[in-house]
Amino acid sequence: MSDNERIAVDVRDVVKRYDDFTALRSISLSIADNEYFTLLGPSGCGKTTLLRMIAGFEHVTEGTISLFGDDLENLPPNKRPVNTVFQNYALFPHMTVLENVAFGVEMNGESKTIARQRAGEMLELVQLSQFLARKPNQLSGGQQQRVALARALAPRPKVLLLDEPLSALDLKLRKAMQLELKHLQRETGITFIFVTHDQEEALTMSDRLAVMSAGEIQQLGAPTDIYERPHNMFVADFIGETNLLEVSVDRIAGGRAVCHLRGGHEVICPAVDGIGPGSKVHMSIRPERLWMSKSPEESLSFCGCVKENIFVGTDITTLVVLDDGPDFIVRTSNSDRGNRRLFESGSEVVVNMEPGAARLLAD
Amino acid sequence: MATGAAGGGSASMDTYREARNWLLMPAWVTLAILVLVPVAMMLIYSFLTKEFRGGVIWEFSLAAYDQFFLDRGLFGDEPARIEWTYITIFWRSIWQAATATVLSLAIGFPTAYFIATRPARMRPIWVFLVTIPYWVNLLIRTVSMKFLLRDQGTLNDFLIAMGLIDTPLVIVNTNIGVQIGLFYSYLPFMVLPIYAAVERYNFTLSEAAADLYASRTTTLTRVILPAVKPGVLAGCILVFVPSLGSFLAPDLLGGARNFMIGSLIEEQFKGNAGNWPFGAAASMILLTLVLMLLLLFARQQVKAGKTAG
Repeated sequence: MSDNERIAVDVRDVVKRYDDFTALRSISLSIADNEYFTLLGPSGCGKTTLLRMIAGFEHVTEGTISLFGDDLENLPPNKRPVNTVFQNYALFPHMTVLENVAFGVEMNGESKTIARQRAGEMLELVQLSQFLARKPNQLSGGQQQRVALARALAPRPKVLLLDEPLSALDLKLRKAMQLELKHLQRETGITFIFVTHDQEEALTMSDRLAVMSAGEIQQLGAPTDIYERPHNMFVADFIGETNLLEVSVDRIAGGRAVCHLRGGHEVICPAVDGIGPGSKVHMSIRPERLWMSKSPEESLSFCGCVKENIFVGTDITTLVVLDDGPDFIVRTSNSDRGNRRLFESGSEVVVNMEPGAARLLAD
Repeated sequence: MATGAAGGGSASMDTYREARNWLLMPAWVTLAILVLVPVAMMLIYSFLTKEFRGGVIWEFSLAAYDQFFLDRGLFGDEPARIEWTYITIFWRSIWQAATATVLSLAIGFPTAYFIATRPARMRPIWVFLVTIPYWVNLLIRTVSMKFLLRDQGTLNDFLIAMGLIDTPLVIVNTNIGVQIGLFYSYLPFMVLPIYAAVERYNFTLSEAAADLYASRTTTLTRVILPAVKPGVLAGCILVFVPSLGSFLAPDLLGGARNFMIGSLIEEQFKGNAGNWPFGAAASMILLTLVLMLLLLFARQQVKAGKTAG
């Protein structure tokens, strides 16, 4: 995000406390106009609370949330130019699909005719024009989801909030909806703030994401940033699969840290601020950055024994027990090229690591 | 969901088809003894001739219905005109019952909503509190109401002591007295079904409405009320129907000028002055009226159900 972009939502030092429980501890983040921003984290991390505060359903205990420069203070939800797609859609059961979608436009002060016309357009956009006379319970889950989306988009919100909207859909439909959402966001140019606990979903769709845990932002950045350069243990572990290894840092020179694994292997990786010589920390190595062979093929390699091959469709995950150290997970793509690098369980193998694959993590 | 339930129902019916008739026997017998036989007796009695000391003579007669609808003068020799006395009593009863129902709804809905929005563990306590007064006999409660509301009663003493009024409000022996009495008698029948409906209501819908720029009032009228309508209608029926036939509140709080159907019917079966066939006929007319109202309501529900799919 560059400085000259308009900031859609600015969250400054926001704290949320319920009696003696602190749900959010001093959150600050800026979401740019037109951005597809994701709040990612396990359940209970406070991501939904933050979204609900932006929507106006929860009061802000401390700090400010502003929308295009205007402080929202504790404005009620019906006075905020943001709309929400709810987790379980929350479609009005007694209204038809068209009435559901027209509701927000009408409440926003438009005439019934204009509201219905706009609703019709929105339903066309989500390809549900033939269902406008139906009641929500006559639609499938995926269709209800699209109605909820059309309803939230119909009043032309400045920011669209999406609270785990895809979690109730099956995998195939979810994948299709992910793409549809992404396209919709590009077409409408509306800022999307998307809440999910599904890290793959977050990586696929977001321009930027904030990884949250225990009421705090652990890391904020673009998907590749977060995946390739996780700041800490939590982020590395939560996003994708990884090998977390205990290391001791020997010395730091020229932006590189020389570390030792438990078994004595020397690993050189980029130095990280705050991790000095002598510290005992963790290192993350992504399993797809490792490969197996009969003899060493890379300067950094480990000898071990294949314990198990697990078929996961696109890949094969191999558990390798090193002779003198921790266990490794190695991922091999399920292809002719990849299959040549697979070994029966019980085979002696060498695990090779791409240079630069290792990352030091703060705890 | 509806089709799922229906499917489940038919499956179990198949399984128990043989036994079903026998298993339902106790219910049918109870219904027959407690509902069909009394109603049939009433129907038959309404077409019999009255015995002057109460009771009936087994002789077919339309006199009861004739007396209800037609006025033939003091000696019965004048040309028949429409008898307004009883129709007026019926009309007044409907009016009183309807007012009591509206009053119950006005107080009962916020009460039910309040209870349903308390934390789950507090709700049974609130429901319990609402029902406590109803453990006391209705007669005693109605008499107490009279003591509270009469000219020298607690309410007037309080209002005068507060300096809000100079002369006591006359409530007892007025329509308002009856309406308050009926309202108080049947309030829980309004609160409980609405409570059940609001408790099932998905409050995310209110959030969605607010999110879509609806004010609180609009959310109530366009989202909450339609969703809890079945509970509201059930509550209205449960208050309106017994209010219509009630005689305690009108007798004790209404006085002679505010006679209602319930009292009219009651008098026909009391002591030697009664007229059993006439009481039975009035009951049948009341029953027909209530059934017609319920049928209209049921048909409207079916229609609403059809459009909702």
